[in-house]
Amino acid sequence: MKAKGHVFKYGDNIDTDVIIPARYLSTGDPDQLKKHCMEDIDKDFVNKVKAGDIIVGQKNFGCGSSREHAPIAIKASGVSCVIAESFARIFYRNSINIGMPIIECAEAASKIEKDDEVEVNFNTGEINNITKNEIYIGQKYPEFLQNIIQKGGLVNYINDNVGGK
Amino acid sequence: MAMTMTQKILAAHVGLQEVVAGQFIEANLDMVLANDITGPVAIKEFDKMGAKEVFHKDKIALVPDHFTPNKDIQSAEQSKILREFAYSQEITNYFEVGEMGIEHALLPEKGLVVAGDVVIGADSHTCTYGALGAFSTGVGSTDMAGGMVTGKAWFKVPSAIQFELINKPQEWVSGKDIILHIIGKIGVDGSLYKSMEFTGQGIKYLSMDDRFTISNMAIEAGAKNGIFPVDEETIKYIKEHSTKEYKVFEADEDAVYDEKYVLDLSEIRPTVAFPHLPENTKTIDQVGDVSIDQVVIGSCTNGRIEDLRAAAKVFEGNKVKKGVRAIIIPATQKIYLQAIEEGLVKIFIEAGAIFSTPTCGPCLGGHMGILAEGERCVSTTNRNFVGRMGHTKSEVYLASPAVAAASAIAGKIYNPEKIVEER
Ligand code: SF4
Repeated sequence: MKAKGHVFKYGDNIDTDVIIPARYLSTGDPDQLKKHCMEDIDKDFVNKVKAGDIIVGQKNFGCGSSREHAPIAIKASGVSCVIAESFARIFYRNSINIGMPIIECAEAASKIEKDDEVEVNFNTGEINNITKNEIYIGQKYPEFLQNIIQKGGLVNYINDNVGGK
Repeated sequence: MAMTMTQKILAAHVGLQEVVAGQFIEANLDMVLANDITGPVAIKEFDKMGAKEVFHKDKIALVPDHFTPNKDIQSAEQSKILREFAYSQEITNYFEVGEMGIEHALLPEKGLVVAGDVVIGADSHTCTYGALGAFSTGVGSTDMAGGMVTGKAWFKVPSAIQFELINKPQEWVSGKDIILHIIGKIGVDGSLYKSMEFTGQGIKYLSMDDRFTISNMAIEAGAKNGIFPVDEETIKYIKEHSTKEYKVFEADEDAVYDEKYVLDLSEIRPTVAFPHLPENTKTIDQVGDVSIDQVVIGSCTNGRIEDLRAAAKVFEGNKVKKGVRAIIIPATQKIYLQAIEEGLVKIFIEAGAIFSTPTCGPCLGGHMGILAEGERCVSTTNRNFVGRMGHTKSEVYLASPAVAAASAIAGKIYNPEKIVEER
């Protein structure tokens, strides 16, 4: 399982309010949410982002509320992976559970720059910076977490495993 | 490799000899919890998962507590979804208003969580049960749904920070002052991802109610869980409340901690967290003159019987200052009855406070005491974020029940030691 794209880079403590502001939470529809993704920190994001692109943040990415709307908005915008030095823990869980890959790697978070082209291999935890020709090693997922993400989230994963029980 | 207490509990729930920090695991769950806000969302996801039945009808707890007794039509609809699901799935632990309480006070009281358990709840204060020597943590609604279907949840094994508590706290210092002191010291992300593991001879001076308060607010330091070792006090509590089998886990002596703190409890003063973060703490000696409009004593943090006793001790023979609203909310029906039987309610009402049926109510700005613009409240709850209890320009000061009661009498943030001296 891999992700590949160009990088949008942000700083520490990117909170769920800037990822998707509370004023847009009256809907859970991914297509509506993606129109406002990162709006309060990067107005250009929604216009520039292309399918497969990667977000790189620093410390405590996704801190704040437990709203699942935040990873949903990022995923719906086409982003294939978020890399950060660390994630707030409920954001981390919610991302995996809705099928959006995220990976922790301090080295990658500091060395990758805006617009670099990066490929992430979730099976090995390898993050390949194609632009800089560097490889960083992040935390790799065990099989069942890969499964959850591959199936598009916990709902489908469980559906396939125990559905119709 | 040596393991922390949390790691040992998790290892036992995956059937492994050993787990290490950072490892991903899928653990078996002993209890899965939701309330009237998160439950309906989880039920929707549950339906999407294509499951017809929950994994175990005794291992799910559904507690309508946030907006109950229902404050409006919308909240009544939410509760209805929860109720209908509970009945159709024959969930054993569904609690209607007459037998309910705030979830995190109710579950231990009903004996639904014991030492050694692994518990998830679609509520961030699920970490409360660490006081019992259980691993418990808050999750999102999808996790909750998955837990109801499979009886399992995935976790990343946390590392830990050790807090060694030594010596005996001063008379008016409670679990609330201790945890506020700790959060003031390490900050709201001081324990991000990590377990807070409490150890030390000072624990023997802490009642179960003190420990519940401390574990409850572990999340306010960003922690995954906050856990106490199991001692005689814990076992006594479990035996009194539960018939479930419990299991005692201990951290290895050479367990590795990311950081270690030693806290001399005898030096901690009554502590107040100023707006708008729980880490903005000051001791009662530093607070200055802060006049207030309202006091709330209650919540999953401080609505237990000892909290009410401490408040009553301060209120007895005193009057709530004119112009101040004092709202006291016991956390469960059992505590409500106990407060009546012990004569505490009489003291509250004679002092000019109100005493309500159990509910989260004002804690999350729901109902039963919302703040207007510019108003200030001393509250025994756990969060003082912008707008948490009402208007975005209102202010919440977090404190212990004794400090809250003293403040209601003085009309400003006040030291309970002084009220008792002056009487
Ligand atoms: S009392 Fe407050 S913090 Fe506790 S469960 Fe209710 S709303 Fe949440």
